[in-house]
Amino acid sequence: MNTSGLNLLIGLAMGLNLLALGSGRVSSLIRAVSFQGMALGAMPFLLSHEFSPWVTLVAIATMVGKGWVIPLLLGRAMRAAHIEREIDPLIGFVPSLLLGAGGTIAAIALARSLPLRPEHAGTLLVPGAVASILTGFILLIGRNKALSQVCGYLILENGIYLFGLLLIHATPLLVEAGILLDVTVGVFVIGIIVDRIQRAFDTLDTRKLTVLRE
Amino acid sequence: MIPLLLILLPLAGALLAAAAPSDRTRPWFLPAVGVSHTGLSLHLLLHPPVVADGAWFGFDAVARAVLPMVSVLFLLCSLYGVPYLRARSERPNRVFVATLLAVIGLISAGLMARHLGVLWIATEGVTLAAVPLLHFNRTPRAFEATWKYLLVGGTGIALSLLGSFCLGYASLYGHGSGDLTFHALTEAGADLSRPWLLIAWVLLLAGYGTKMGLAPMHTWKPDAYGEAPGLVGAILAGGLTTVAFVALLRVRSVLGAAGEGAVADLTLLCLGLFSLGVAALYLLGTRDFKRMLAYSSVEHMGILSLATALGPAGIGAALFHVWTNSLTKGSLFLSAGNLRRSAGTASMDDVRGLSESAPRSTALFVAGLFAVTACPPFGIFFSELRILRAAMDGGHGFTAGAFLLGLLFAFFGLTRVVLGVAYGPPRRRPPAPGPRFAETAGVILPPLVLLGLSAWLGLSPPPLLEQVWSAAVAQLASTP
Amino acid sequence: MSHLWELPLRLAFWLLVAPLVPGLINRIKAWVAGRRGPPVLQLYYDLARLWRKQVVKSPLASPGFILGPAVAWVAVVAAALLLPLGPAGSIAGFPGDALVLVYLLALARFATAWAAMEPGSAFEGMGVVREVSFAVLAEGSIIAALLALSAQAGSLRLDAMLAPMVGTGSALLAAGLFTVLLAENCRVPFDDPNTHLELTMIHEVMVLDHSGPPLAAILHGASVKLLLFSVLLVQAVLPVAGLPPWLAGAALLAGVLPVVVGIGLVESLLARLAFRRVPLLLTTAFLLCLFALLMAWKGGTA
Repeated sequence: MNTSGLNLLIGLAMGLNLLALGSGRVSSLIRAVSFQGMALGAMPFLLSHEFSPWVTLVAIATMVGKGWVIPLLLGRAMRAAHIEREIDPLIGFVPSLLLGAGGTIAAIALARSLPLRPEHAGTLLVPGAVASILTGFILLIGRNKALSQVCGYLILENGIYLFGLLLIHATPLLVEAGILLDVTVGVFVIGIIVDRIQRAFDTLDTRKLTVLRE
Repeated sequence: MIPLLLILLPLAGALLAAAAPSDRTRPWFLPAVGVSHTGLSLHLLLHPPVVADGAWFGFDAVARAVLPMVSVLFLLCSLYGVPYLRARSERPNRVFVATLLAVIGLISAGLMARHLGVLWIATEGVTLAAVPLLHFNRTPRAFEATWKYLLVGGTGIALSLLGSFCLGYASLYGHGSGDLTFHALTEAGADLSRPWLLIAWVLLLAGYGTKMGLAPMHTWKPDAYGEAPGLVGAILAGGLTTVAFVALLRVRSVLGAAGEGAVADLTLLCLGLFSLGVAALYLLGTRDFKRMLAYSSVEHMGILSLATALGPAGIGAALFHVWTNSLTKGSLFLSAGNLRRSAGTASMDDVRGLSESAPRSTALFVAGLFAVTACPPFGIFFSELRILRAAMDGGHGFTAGAFLLGLLFAFFGLTRVVLGVAYGPPRRRPPAPGPRFAETAGVILPPLVLLGLSAWLGLSPPPLLEQVWSAAVAQLASTP
Repeated sequence: MSHLWELPLRLAFWLLVAPLVPGLINRIKAWVAGRRGPPVLQLYYDLARLWRKQVVKSPLASPGFILGPAVAWVAVVAAALLLPLGPAGSIAGFPGDALVLVYLLALARFATAWAAMEPGSAFEGMGVVREVSFAVLAEGSIIAALLALSAQAGSLRLDAMLAPMVGTGSALLAAGLFTVLLAENCRVPFDDPNTHLELTMIHEVMVLDHSGPPLAAILHGASVKLLLFSVLLVQAVLPVAGLPPWLAGAALLAGVLPVVVGIGLVESLLARLAFRRVPLLLTTAFLLCLFALLMAWKGGTA
């Protein structure tokens, strides 16, 4: 197992988390998510000792799905919906960046206190996963635009995938199942496009989804 | 092989329905699948198959204790669906019928899943398949409800996958072989790594709790139930929540085997009481009779969670409550759907005196109100009584008191809304465009039968079911 | 023997070489834009011209108007002298000189701000507010960066601290320090040294009312500060101190030149940020330095 290469990629993914938190445009957010997806897709290669077709399949599916198809769909939705490119945050950029950085540090501290098998002890998989999940939550809560929230969901999902890499040799099926989460994202995006075609809303600002309440 | 048919038959039906050419004949796929599904599950209820320990799917004691109820509920909803879709002939129903059939297949899969990963896949499948059902009306309000459902539900499902990973790692750390069937996890019991096991429980409780609609993860429920067609609400409230509840029961048994049952029970108890309280408070404030049903569902999910925390007697009572609550809720959702179509809106600000414009549905709705607030002849009274007895026997006096208080407030809230829309002078409004709503037998009989079943379960629960529930409790409480 | 000559030599290096840096940056900008641009030695000519001019002083201003730039200039030059230069080491290294460096830079900023407020002009006041509010954020990053270096070396002496760490930490530190360099020296994404509109100025508006020798001191001090930050950045990343003298000189030059080219390219290719986006970039720089600090602290494992 190539630990230092793997850690470099995970560190890159964690840096992209912070970039996503600080980016003020939907397009740069989508780009950050896409790079993160590609980095994640490359990881199974570094994890496996020998060539295994099953793991290769996961890696390629992840890379194509997270790195290419979903960003493409998101970009299409952005154009189809004429969404404003500027992100108007609910939690400001600086606070979310600081929260994300604090979360990253907390994730590293947390991972040190959890029991890990010897082959996983030197890797950043657990802190990377926790940091991405926290980042995803910050974006889900702190952004108004539907597309930014979808990007947040994607980062959340990337974190779960990172965690799943711990289990990829023991129970590949469970990890494969995570791909279904990508399908959820697909449904989100299709929802945006479909809704746009019907012109039910003027903007896709989720703050305007407030008819239903007490 | 027969148990697998419960999954494959509806899925095949979904494919055929998607391929069927005519919007007029397609709804008949629903009762066709409903009748055969019910037949199969009743057959299995009477002749339970032997389930191998390592099987990923199986009609085991737990599935046997709830799946027949879902079948019966779906059968009656499907009978209701034919006249409903005929009345809504302005809308193409290809996607609706196909996804509804897929949902019932996936719910069966989720109830029969004996493997952590397979269970998650089935739940995720149900979540996604339900999206077009919620968006059936295609209004902006329906879109809003669907969006919230997908966002909250998607996050919940992501958390439950993470929880499954953690449980898998707990087993791997304890030198497990990577076999994630619940049987293997229970066998591993004390070998599971404690920190990972507890993290897994918290995440799975949050994830499947979201699907169940426990407060504070219930926020998707009022919107989704309020905007979806009544029959979809009935299936979601009776089927999807049951899948999530059964998932929690199975995970809870793993924790019990690992010796952490006390922690699990404490969290379930707190979450249950919190849901009960939140639902009771919202019930006092809501002004929409379909959203009211959603809060009532939150309340009953809280009751289930609370009952599960009360030990084997409580779990048995909870399984009884799953039956009574789902059947009663089904009846209420169907009659509420009738009233909503008759009145054109579901808000008590605009609706009054429905007993004059839709007398039969109103009568059913009011009867359903008494059933769901636990008035004696109906099943919920007896199941809640059993839960109360389990609480008192277990020495949970405070829990019992809070439980009764929550029920009282919920009763106030529910009667306020239901009686408010049912009686009084009807408000004069311009008649809604399109054909007037007619109370035909097709839309009255299914809720009536559901209500009747609820009363029957209350008055004379068949000994067979009692036996089945005890078997399920025995399977869940087994410690190696 | 060497001590006798070292001080004048170093002083001459800092004083004479510094004005070359802005000239080089302007040259690169002109080259990217396809213009001929001002000569590389333009700042020397400007300084000579300003030195000969007389001072125009507002009747409201106290002697602080003249004193401020002088104090600022002395402080910056003193800070530059504290900085070790490759294998030649520090001229007066002592434990804690890193903190003195930070304080001297802060003193220089204080003196400039003080002098800027002397004439009582609203524009200057506005510039001071902006400059100081950005500086508050930038200073945190400098301190984090110095702490990272000190945690790495286990010492607070600059000559010991400037032994670069390896790998990711070094890259993070370089990125963070470069951003701070741009902010501290009022370069493009934060401020535009070429702007002519008072409302958008930050640093330039502060010196609007200065003239003659005080302005020359301000301009020269700014160029020394720019060179100081470039040299600091290069020594924080490249292992200059361990090399033989000639190689070290070449390495220093080879390090400073890319920094200068980088500044020129940033100025040519990027637009200035809106004011409300500036804190975000400075926070990013702070986080970069903070993570470098954490990596140095935890031994680069985590």
